[in-house]
Order: sequence, then structure tokens, then C-alpha cells
Amino acid sequence: MGRLAIGSILPILFLLVWEAANRTGVLTLESLSRPSDILVAGVAGLRDGSILLATVQTFETALLGLAIAAIAGILVGAILGLSPVLERITGPTIESLRPIPAVAFMPLVLMMFGFGISMEATIVAYACVWPILIVTISAVQAIEPRLLEVADVLEMPVTDRLRKIVFPSAFARINVGLRVATGIALVVAVTVEIVLNPRGLGYSLVLAQQSLNVGAMYAQLLWLCVVGYVLNAIIRNAGPGAPVTFWRPVQ
Amino acid sequence: MSKAGWTRIAAFGFALSLILAWQVLADLRLISPIFFPSPARAAAVLVARFADGSIWTPLVATGLRMLFGWLLASLIGILIGAAIGSSRITRLLLEPTLEFLRPLPASAMIPVAVLFLGLSNAMSLSVIAFGAIWPVLLASVHGFSTVQPELRQVSDVLGFGRGAFLRKIALPSALPDIMAGLRVSLAISLILAVVTEMQASLPGLGWEIFYAQRVYRSPDLYAGLILLGVMGYCANHLLMRFESRMLRWRKTKL
Repeated sequence: MGRLAIGSILPILFLLVWEAANRTGVLTLESLSRPSDILVAGVAGLRDGSILLATVQTFETALLGLAIAAIAGILVGAILGLSPVLERITGPTIESLRPIPAVAFMPLVLMMFGFGISMEATIVAYACVWPILIVTISAVQAIEPRLLEVADVLEMPVTDRLRKIVFPSAFARINVGLRVATGIALVVAVTVEIVLNPRGLGYSLVLAQQSLNVGAMYAQLLWLCVVGYVLNAIIRNAGPGAPVTFWRPVQ
Repeated sequence: MSKAGWTRIAAFGFALSLILAWQVLADLRLISPIFFPSPARAAAVLVARFADGSIWTPLVATGLRMLFGWLLASLIGILIGAAIGSSRITRLLLEPTLEFLRPLPASAMIPVAVLFLGLSNAMSLSVIAFGAIWPVLLASVHGFSTVQPELRQVSDVLGFGRGAFLRKIALPSALPDIMAGLRVSLAISLILAVVTEMQASLPGLGWEIFYAQRVYRSPDLYAGLILLGVMGYCANHLLMRFESRMLRWRKTKL
């Protein structure tokens, strides 16, 4: 028996019991719906395109925020990685900004930008910039010093030095930070939509719950699982660098 | 003065100059002070609220929410992690399901939890526990499944039962992994405490920030943000100290 088959025993049993309990009237909570209704709601949502539209909205915001974070994090990280003095001077400031939960900025950013893609992308960018920044600093610090000496001998200007030496040799490790940040981006985007921003997957999930459309709510929750799973499978091994494990902060 | 001393002063100066730049920008009123109050005003709010003691209620509420959610996640995470890490059958049965659930953003569980538990503290705790469990769980699975075979043989020789093996040998050997996971979980707990407070109007710093924005009291908002940062920083540091104390035995081994 395959791994997948053994692994699906419990979930399938769970769904069957749920369905049976609901059909026989043992369990008729309004908050529970039943698996067959969830399936119907999911198929309906996929066919009329509402789920896909919400997915696109969430992803475009997450990617925008991630792009901003990547540019800022890699540039600043490369500079701080090349200059130990600067790194030590800015270190305490970075360390004191980092523990502020990104979601706590939601009200502030809302006042600045109003609802929409820019407020959400800003918060995603704030959340994503830290892993990228920190990994970039350590990646650049780990560059073979002889390569940098070569750059000195060739009297390369800073831009050439970054483009020709620093980024190519640090890319594999920076990529690990980028992949961690990608996972964070999706989570933060959905969170902002659930709490505040009326667009995307998070919002349609809350909407389904608030209108007691329970089947649709569970269908969208399942969809989020699928989307997150696929995204994780892609980023776990995308490009060079070690596979990402999400629990251990990358050193 | 030593070089390290100078860098420390420079680091302090850098932070100070950022705050000064903030103050100058706010005084110039390039951005409306409604959104962008000066740090002096935010600090004044902090001082006033500490002076009249009104800050302690939300601070303690958020702190307890974070703590209890984290404890719940840690307990369940370590238990399931031990079960998966030390038994092949539970691993085969549970792992695919957990792998499927893990990428789900914890905040997406808020609507479901609200349906079942209402806008209550129980809702908040269950969402925090759901989100914060993953780092501990994965870390414990890793820790328990990589117990050195020699240690297992020792426990066989000593005639340990399964329970004694887990408690006396596997748990200490998995502890370094678990502690690292616990720290990540704690950070997640604070985030989710704030999110659930905002979403369900539960008392705490998250709700205070939300409310400050609704009534356009931005100095209060910034004060809340600063406090949350301090809280995250302190929690992480406390746990790191606890970690090095718990793992003292490792240093003697090396």
C-alpha cells in the first residue's frame, strides 16, 4: 500500500463519519454543513470563477509585496553584508523593528493608503523583508573573501562588484530567504484580507462565514489548503539552495 | 575607548538619529499629523498611560492570550510530535493530513472558529494554537525521530518501557530542536493574538491599535505599535535565556 493510501485512511474515515452523522441526524449543527454540500459549493465556486478571481487578487498582492521586499531586502542586505561596521551600527535598530508583528501595522497603513492593493502589499512587504534581509546579510558575509579581493585588485565600482561578484556567489543562499518569504507573503496577504481588506481569498472566506454560507466557507478553506500546498511544494525546492524547512529560522 | 564601544555608541546614535528624523519630519508637517504624529506625542501617550495605569489591562490581556495560546500549541505540538516521531504507524497515518493542513494560513481558521465558539477568548486561543503548533510540531517530529540509535540501545539494556524511554531519553535528546521550534511559535502566537483581537474585538493591544485608528488617535496607535514591538522582543529574549538554562548540559558535553 502506498504512503498516500495509508495517509488518506484517517481523512476519508473522518469525512465519511461526518457525512453519515449529518445524514442520519445525529449531528445537525448549522456550523458544520456536510462534505457533499462542501463539494457542491466548491465546484460551483470554481465554475463561476469567483474562487479563481479571488485567488488571482490575493496572489497579485502577495507577489507585489514580495517583489518590494526582495528588492529592498537584497539591496540593503548586500550593503550591510559588505560592510561589517554598518551592519553593527544598524543592527540594534533592525533587531528592535523586526519583532513588531506586521499585522499590527494594518490600522496605520489603512489610514495612509485606504483599502486596496497598496495597503495590503505594504504589509506583505514589511513582513517579508526581514527574512530576506537577514539571509542576504549572512549570505554576503559568507562570500569567499578572495573573490572580493579580486574585485579590489580590478578596482571594480560598487555596482559592478554587486552585479558581477556579490549576487552570483550569494544567490543560492539568498534564494532560501526568498522562498521562506514567499510562504509568509501568502499567509500575510490572506490575514490582511480577513481582518480588513475587502478583496481576495480571505475576504470571500469571511463573507461566506458572515452570510452563514457554511458550505462555501469550508470549500474555500479547502481551496486555501490546496493553494498553500501547491505553493509550498513549488518553493520547497525551487532554484538553488537548501530545501526550505519552515520552522527553523535560516541562519 | 575600544572599537566595540565606539560601534555601540554609533549604533545608539543611528537609532537616535532615525527618531530625530521622524520628529523633524513630523514637525515639518509634510504628512498630515493625523497620520504621522511626532515621536514625542507617541512617547507622551505611553508615559501618560503608564502613569495612570490604564496600559496594564490591555498589555496583560494580550500577554496572557499569547502565553496561553502558545502553551496550548506547545503541549499539543510536543505530544503529537512525540507520537509521530517515535512511531512509524502514526507517522504514516497522520503525516499526509498534517502536510496538507500546514500551509493553511492560521487566520483563515478565524471564520470557522467564530462559527463554533463565537467572538470569545476560546476562539482566540484555538486560532493561536492552530497557527503556533506547526513549528513546535515539526521540530518535535524531527527531534524525536533523530534520537541516536546508541541511546535507544542503552534504554533497552536498562529495560526501560516505552514511556520511560520517551520521558528520560527521547525528550531530553529532542529538546534542542523543540526549544528552537518553541521560539518561532511564540512569535506566531503574538501575531495571532493581535489578529484575533482585531477581528473579534477582544480586549488587548491589538484591539487598542484598531480602535485608535477608528477614532483617528494616531499617537495612541504608534504607542501601541511600540509596545507590541517591545513585547515581542522581551518574549523572545526571555525564552532564549530559558533555553540556554535548559540546555546547560549540552555545553558540558561538547
